[in-house]
Amino acid sequence: MGKVMTGAQMIVEALKREGVDVIFGYPGGAVIDIYDELYKTPEIKHVLVRHEQGATHAADGYARSTGRVGVCLVTSGPGATNTVTGIATAYMDSIPIVILTGQVPTKLIGNDAFQEVDITGITRPCTKHNFLVKRTEDLPRILRAAFHIARTGRPGPVLVDLPKDVQQGKAEFYWPEDLKLRSYHPVYDPHPRQVERAYRLLESSTRPVILVGGGVIASGAHEEVKELAERLNIPVTMTLMGLGGFPGTHPQSLGMLGMHGTYYANMAVANSDLILAVGARFDDRVTGKVDAFAPMAKIIHIDIDPTSIQKNVRVDVPIVGDCKRVLEKLLEIVKEVGRPEKIWREQFKEWWEQIEIWKKRYPLSYKQEGEYIKPQFVIEKLYELTKGEAIITTEVGQNQMWAAQYYKFDKPRTLITSGGLGTMGFGFPAAIGAQMGNPDKMVIDIAGDGSIQMNIQEMATAMEQGLPVKVIILNNGYLGMVRQWQELFYERRYSAVKFQVTPDFVKLAEAYGALGLRATKIEEVEPVLKQALESDRLTLVDIHIAPEEGVFPMVPAGRATTEMILV
Amino acid sequence: MAERKHTLSVLVENTPGALARIAGLFSGRGFNIDSLCVAETLDPTLSHLTLVTYGDDLIIEQIIKQLRRLVDVYKVVDVTEEGEFVEREMALIKVRAEKETRAEVLRMCDIFRCKVVDVSPKTYTIEVTGPQSKLQAVIELLKPIGIKEIVRTGVIAMKREKKSL
Ligand SMILES: Cc1ncc(C[n+]2csc(CCOP(=O)(O)OP(=O)(O)O)c2C)c(N)n1
Ligand SMILES: [Mg+2]
Repeated sequence: MGKVMTGAQMIVEALKREGVDVIFGYPGGAVIDIYDELYKTPEIKHVLVRHEQGATHAADGYARSTGRVGVCLVTSGPGATNTVTGIATAYMDSIPIVILTGQVPTKLIGNDAFQEVDITGITRPCTKHNFLVKRTEDLPRILRAAFHIARTGRPGPVLVDLPKDVQQGKAEFYWPEDLKLRSYHPVYDPHPRQVERAYRLLESSTRPVILVGGGVIASGAHEEVKELAERLNIPVTMTLMGLGGFPGTHPQSLGMLGMHGTYYANMAVANSDLILAVGARFDDRVTGKVDAFAPMAKIIHIDIDPTSIQKNVRVDVPIVGDCKRVLEKLLEIVKEVGRPEKIWREQFKEWWEQIEIWKKRYPLSYKQEGEYIKPQFVIEKLYELTKGEAIITTEVGQNQMWAAQYYKFDKPRTLITSGGLGTMGFGFPAAIGAQMGNPDKMVIDIAGDGSIQMNIQEMATAMEQGLPVKVIILNNGYLGMVRQWQELFYERRYSAVKFQVTPDFVKLAEAYGALGLRATKIEEVEPVLKQALESDRLTLVDIHIAPEEGVFPMVPAGRATTEMILV
Repeated sequence: MAERKHTLSVLVENTPGALARIAGLFSGRGFNIDSLCVAETLDPTLSHLTLVTYGDDLIIEQIIKQLRRLVDVYKVVDVTEEGEFVEREMALIKVRAEKETRAEVLRMCDIFRCKVVDVSPKTYTIEVTGPQSKLQAVIELLKPIGIKEIVRTGVIAMKREKKSL
C-alpha cells in the first residue's frame, strides 16, 4: 500500500525524489495548495521571481549552468501564458526544464472559467512534451515521466498542467522507480558501421573541420572532442551554442562560425572537404545560403535527434546517437587503427598552412581609438579580470555577439545565451538561475541597454536572494543590432531603434538596493569593472560605449558565408 | 526532386493531446495532409492513424522522423515504401436520381459494386468502397448526373502478407 496523500503533497514528494533543490515560481489561486506544501518543505528552496517569464529563464539558466533539470511553478491563466517565451527559449536550445502550471478544476475546463487558459494547447509546439493531469493518482507517474523526458534524449522543456481539484484530491502514492514509456526510446548508441564509415572519411580527407554544436555541451562530450581534435590535428569551430564545448584558447580553435563568426572559421568551413558536425543542427545563422554552404565538403553528422540530420544540409554519414558515446566509439577506432600522429599531422599540414594565412589576413579585431569606449575592449578586459573563469550570460543583440567573439570560453556551461530563439531579456534572469546553481562562481550578464529593460524587475529577486550577479550593460543608446541592419541594409533609416527615454541605470540599481556603477571614459572601464567584480551584491555597471559600433565580420542574411562584410 | 504521395501508418498512444500534436506538426512545419483516418486498435490504449501526405523524398523523410520524435508516437510505417499494400476508402455519395436517371445510377452501382444505402424521391445515397482510383472513377461518372453531396472517409491501408514461402 502506498501512503495516502493529497495531490499537492504528491507533487512536492515527486520533486524531492527527483532531487529538486530549487524552484523558481510565482503563486496564484490555482497553485496555492502546492505553495502550502512548499511552506512545509524547507529542503526545496523557492525563489520568488517578479514575473513568470523570469522564472522560466531562471530555471533555464540553472539547467544550462548545472546540467540538471530546472523547475518553475506558476499559476493558471496569465501565470501560465507569461511562461511561454521562456519555454520557447528553452525548447529552441534543447534545455531540460519542467514547468508546473496550475489549472482550473477539471470540471470547469473548457468553460472559460476565471484564469483558465489551454496552456497545453498553447505550448504544444514549443515543448518537448506536455501533460494535463486528470486524476490525482496519476501524478507520481506523470511527474516522473516529465523529468525523464526533459532530461533524456534531446533534452527539452516539459510542461505539466495541474488542475486544482487534482491537487486537492487524495490517493495512494506509488513512485514508478523504473519508468517505462513504450513510445519513447531515444537512441544513445550509434550504429557501429556508421562510425567506421566516419573514420574512413577522416582518414581520406585533406581539409577537415570539426564543427561543435550545443549537443556537445548537452551530452558532456567536450573531453572527447578535444582528444579527437588533438590526436588527429583537426581544426575546430563552434556554433554559438557550442562555445565552451572546445577551449576557445586552444591553438586549434577557429572560434565561432556563421553570421558573426570569424573570417577564418567561415573560410575553413567553406573550403573544407570534410565536416564532422557534432551536435550542431546547421541553423541558417550557421550555414548562410544553404546551396553555397561548404560546397566541396562531405558531411558526417552526429546528433541524438534524427530530425536534425538531413534537415537543412545533405549529409553523407548520418550518425544518430549521443555525441559523447559516438565520439568514444570513434576514438576507439582511432586507437585500434593506431595511425601515428605524425601521419595525421603530415596529412593536414597544407590545410593548416592555409588556415594560418586566413587567420593572419583577418584576425578578429577592433581599434580602441578616439574618445569612445569600444565594447570589444570591455569584454576583453572582463575576460582578463575574470581570468576567463566566470559564467557569462548574455542578452540578445550586439552585446551577445561581442561576448561570443571576445570572451574566450574554455569550458562547457560557461556561456549561457539564447541562441535559437534570440530572446531579449533572457540573460539577467538566466544569471539569477545560474547563480542559484553555482553559489561559488562569478556570474555575469553581458547586457544591452534595450534587453536589460525587458526583465529588469528581477533585480528585486536577485536582491532578495542575496545573489551577487553582475550586469554589465554595453550601453550604446540603441537597439544596436537592429540599428546595424538599418545602417547596412536600409540606408541608415534608423526607425524605432533609439530610445528617447532610458532610465539612469545607476540610480535604478540603487533604488533596488543594488550597487550601480558607470563608466563613460576609457580609463574608467578597468577600475569600474574591478569594483564590480569585487562587489558582494547585485551590481549593475552602465558602460557608455561607442554608439554606432558594429559587429563584424558579418554575413548578410541569406548570403554565402564567404561573402563576409569585414571591418 | 519529384513529389510523391505516401501513405503512412501510425500507431499512437490513445491520449487526448496526441492527435492535436500530430495535426500541429503538419501545420506548424508546413507539411501537407491529404487525408487522415483515426480509430482505436485491438489494444484500446493505442490508436491507429492512416495519413496520406505528399512531398519529395527529403520532406517525407522529415515527416516520418518528426512523427517518430513525438513522445506519444509508438510506431510509424511508410506503407508506400514497404512493398505491396491494400488501400481502401469509402465514400457516401448523394446523387440526383429522378425518373430518367434512376436506371443509369443503378447500372453504375452494379458495375462498380456500389450499394444504395438510402433512397428519397429525388436522390439515391450510394456507398462506394475501394482504392482511391475506383472512388475517383465513380465520382467522375456520377458528376454529369448530378452529385448533391459527398463524404469520404480518407484512406486506410495495410501491408500485404507475403504469399510465397
Ligand atoms: C524579445 C525580443 N524582441 C525583439 C527582438 C529583436 N532584436 C534583436 S537584437 C535587438 C536589439 C537589442 O538591443 P540592446 O539590448 O540594446 O542590444 P544591442 O544590440 O544594442 O547590444 C532587437 C530589438 C528580440 N531579439 N527579442
Ligand atoms: Mg543597445
